[in-house]
Amino acid sequence: MGVPEVLQPPLSLRILAAYRRFIRWLTSARVLLALILLVMMVYLILVPLYRMVETTVTYQERDVLAVPDAVPGQLTAYHWVRMLASRVSRVFLYAPLQHSLVVATGATLLAMLIGSILAWLVIRTDMPGRHLVNNLATIPYIMPSWTIAMAWKVMFNTRVAGGTPGLLEYLIGRPVPTWLAYGPIPIIISSALHYYTFFFLFVSAALMSIDSNLEEAAELAGASRSRILRRITFPLVLPALLSGFIMTFSKVMGTFGGPNVLGTPVRYYVIATMIRSNVAIGEFADGFVLAVVLILFTIVTIYINQRLIGTRKSYETIGGRGFVAHVARLGPWRKVLAAGVIVFQVLVIALPLGLLAYDTFMLHPGNYSLSNFTLHYWIGKSDINIANGAPGVLRNPKIYSSAWNSIRLSLVTAFFTALLGVILGYAIVKGRGTRLSKLVEQISFIPYVIPGIAFGAVYISMFSKRVGPIPPLYGTFALLVIVSVAKHIPYSARSGVSAMLQVGRELEEAGQIAGADLWQRFKRIIFPLTSAGFVSGFLLTFITTMRELSLIILLVTPATQVLASQTMRYTENGDTQMANAVILILITLVLIGNFVIGRFRGGSLKKGLGM
Amino acid sequence: MGTTITIKNLTKRFGDVVAVNNVSLTIEAETFITLLGPSGCGKTTLLRCVAGLEDPDEGEIYIGDRLVFSRARGISVPAGQRDIGLVFQNYALWPHMTVYKNMSFALEIRKLPKDEIDKRVKESLAEVKMLGYENRYPREMSGGQQQRIALARMLAYRPKVFLMDEPLSNLDARLRMDMRAELKRLHYVAGATTIYVTHDQVEALTMSSLIAVMKDGVLQQVDTPDRVYRCPSNLFVADFIGNPKVNLLEGVVDGQGCVDLGEFKVAMDTQGVEGKVVLAIRPEDIAAYTEPTPGAVKFTVYSVLPSGADSIIVARTGEREVTIRVPGISPIKMDDSVWLKFDPQMINLYDGATGNLVAVRKV
Repeated sequence: MGVPEVLQPPLSLRILAAYRRFIRWLTSARVLLALILLVMMVYLILVPLYRMVETTVTYQERDVLAVPDAVPGQLTAYHWVRMLASRVSRVFLYAPLQHSLVVATGATLLAMLIGSILAWLVIRTDMPGRHLVNNLATIPYIMPSWTIAMAWKVMFNTRVAGGTPGLLEYLIGRPVPTWLAYGPIPIIISSALHYYTFFFLFVSAALMSIDSNLEEAAELAGASRSRILRRITFPLVLPALLSGFIMTFSKVMGTFGGPNVLGTPVRYYVIATMIRSNVAIGEFADGFVLAVVLILFTIVTIYINQRLIGTRKSYETIGGRGFVAHVARLGPWRKVLAAGVIVFQVLVIALPLGLLAYDTFMLHPGNYSLSNFTLHYWIGKSDINIANGAPGVLRNPKIYSSAWNSIRLSLVTAFFTALLGVILGYAIVKGRGTRLSKLVEQISFIPYVIPGIAFGAVYISMFSKRVGPIPPLYGTFALLVIVSVAKHIPYSARSGVSAMLQVGRELEEAGQIAGADLWQRFKRIIFPLTSAGFVSGFLLTFITTMRELSLIILLVTPATQVLASQTMRYTENGDTQMANAVILILITLVLIGNFVIGRFRGGSLKKGLGM
Repeated sequence: MGTTITIKNLTKRFGDVVAVNNVSLTIEAETFITLLGPSGCGKTTLLRCVAGLEDPDEGEIYIGDRLVFSRARGISVPAGQRDIGLVFQNYALWPHMTVYKNMSFALEIRKLPKDEIDKRVKESLAEVKMLGYENRYPREMSGGQQQRIALARMLAYRPKVFLMDEPLSNLDARLRMDMRAELKRLHYVAGATTIYVTHDQVEALTMSSLIAVMKDGVLQQVDTPDRVYRCPSNLFVADFIGNPKVNLLEGVVDGQGCVDLGEFKVAMDTQGVEGKVVLAIRPEDIAAYTEPTPGAVKFTVYSVLPSGADSIIVARTGEREVTIRVPGISPIKMDDSVWLKFDPQMINLYDGATGNLVAVRKV
């Protein structure tokens, strides 16, 4: 057999060889997909961020009105000085920032308290009805985040702040104090009652994974129950608390709905609502400065937290082998406690819904007597004297088109997010250990720390002009899809990675050996094997997109209104009953979606959160 | 039907680790070659390089006279076009496909007509005695059955080269015995050149026509099972092959036809070797006597391990400990005295410094 010896080939052949190697590297599945994803993510995440920052440091067209010698497009610190160090800074930046921090910290801590206690009761005690508590705990999170805020308004609204009386004021006949009706306290409570689900899920997962022997060892050592909780259990669930903190804090920092319902009427602005009001009057650069500040504050807070607890994060695999769950006996009070917890949970879910529904049947706001009963807001024909002439929601074409937009947006977003998840998972897992894969993973995480409203703001600057082959997308439905998919990238990456890790690499290699190309391997091996993850990712995204408001509030136009933004529009116009009817429709759709999730094997809220 | 495989100066690195280090190997057509070595020695990596699942950092691979990989020329033929079949350690049957689909997959990609696919699937199933399992899913079968299907999946598209990565390691001992015989028979019938990776020396010795022993990515010896067993080319191979292990005794050649082990001397043909050596003798090449015998050295029995067909005796004198294998159940008991006689024809000498074979046994 004449096999030629390996000789040092001439330069031209070596260049050819290097070229062939490069092409092969470039076209290998993981590299090709990683590069495509990278380009996509740079375009969807980094470029918009850059454009936003760029806008804040250049003169805009309208700045000529305020600064006579301004040249649009010229570099300037004008917006930053104006926002950070001028007479209006307090009103535009410092006060809202302070409010945001107060609200986010307060809501996160309260959510942590509620979620952790419930998790401990469910996982580590003999309280009856734990299964029910477990199921009820996820429902508040499924509903739109500002549901409780709107219900709060129905209950506690007061004439003092210039509104119409709420149910409480109607019943007791005396004005409700403003601090109870509006401002930080209601915002904190209503947000915490929505977000405690995060802590419940994270902490119960952590508690489930802790080997009780660790606690029993302390018990044998003579430690009291409270001491065990403080010294053993708490440090072990700390990483879970941290995850919950990061997730909740960054969400509340960027949340728009609650503060807009319960803060804006009394001029209690947070950064999110302040960004909106700047953008709404066309002051994009000023709004973007606020968005940049919001992003920075969120990142810094997350960073500090990770630093503080960072060194302790390494408890990951606790126990490992089979463990025995140690159950704390609550004694004779356990039934009372169970009843209390369940009543609390049901109230948090049912009371808001009941109040909202009750309100939609009241013709004149502020009058809650039966004589005021009406179906007008549901099925009434247009009447110029009521709700600015809007017909009842069930015969209102605007509502139908919004509902269709909501469903359409959620379906398309969910599809692309789930698809992206599989591809991201593939590129990240197959390239494990390479710099390219690490880069893809890191960039995919960025949207996680950008609050929703800021992410939406980023997209205004990006797509208001033509960029390369992409036409200006502002005001289009496509933009809503793009922003929703982009914001979901961190979640899709995480669930995609965990789905891909479950597919052994040999299964794909066996396909390679059999001669299948990349497309055939995806079609016949990888997609079928990750389909459960795809379905649960799809359904979860469907629900979160359906009730997303902060992200898209800056991007919707009358033609692209969705149900979530309609509720805000009616609220801001003072048509509370219409707003409440719309949010009830939205909740109904979301609950139907959630019911469908439950039908699918392997699909659950927990999985979708990457747990 | 088989084909030659030529590997030239192959090197594969993972970061700082050199998994395969400058390996050159020519495998004649229809050979059953085993890559043998402890875990982490690079044997699986070498197999994956041949399969086309890894691209080496240096070297060339030919299958037949077709160049399938060359770093210098920038060539790497995709795995699916190398005309090879691979059986994975964990079988890698696609869990969402039936046995039939698992087997027809590669044939469909090769765009074979439907009746030909059907014929091939049936034939291959018959070869592994699994006809009638076409509609089962992998999870509905035992480990041994899955193993057979994994083999059949490879047979179905009739590659010229079989690659097997520890295919029997997930089976229980009994099944493994049966499958060894089946695999050997399959190779005999199909005649495909086979590269078989294992860390199990019994598998290597019983099945292969050639064994390549690897350590730290470097080929240590490529030889027939018989040669690898009788004349390991260095101390690593000597120590790795054989159960119970070979006796390795450090000593010095005294220049008078003896190896001086300190406690006693062994007379043999030292073939001109000088200085420090390691004397290697297999446990079965030492005769044990219960009474003083000329030329035998007195030892004290430390432990006796009878196992039916033979008995292993561990004996000591001073600091020296040797292992002996005697046929049947031995009457020797612990703390008995035994007189051991080394068969001078059966001794290999290794250089004390390099560990390489310097004096080869006669038989």
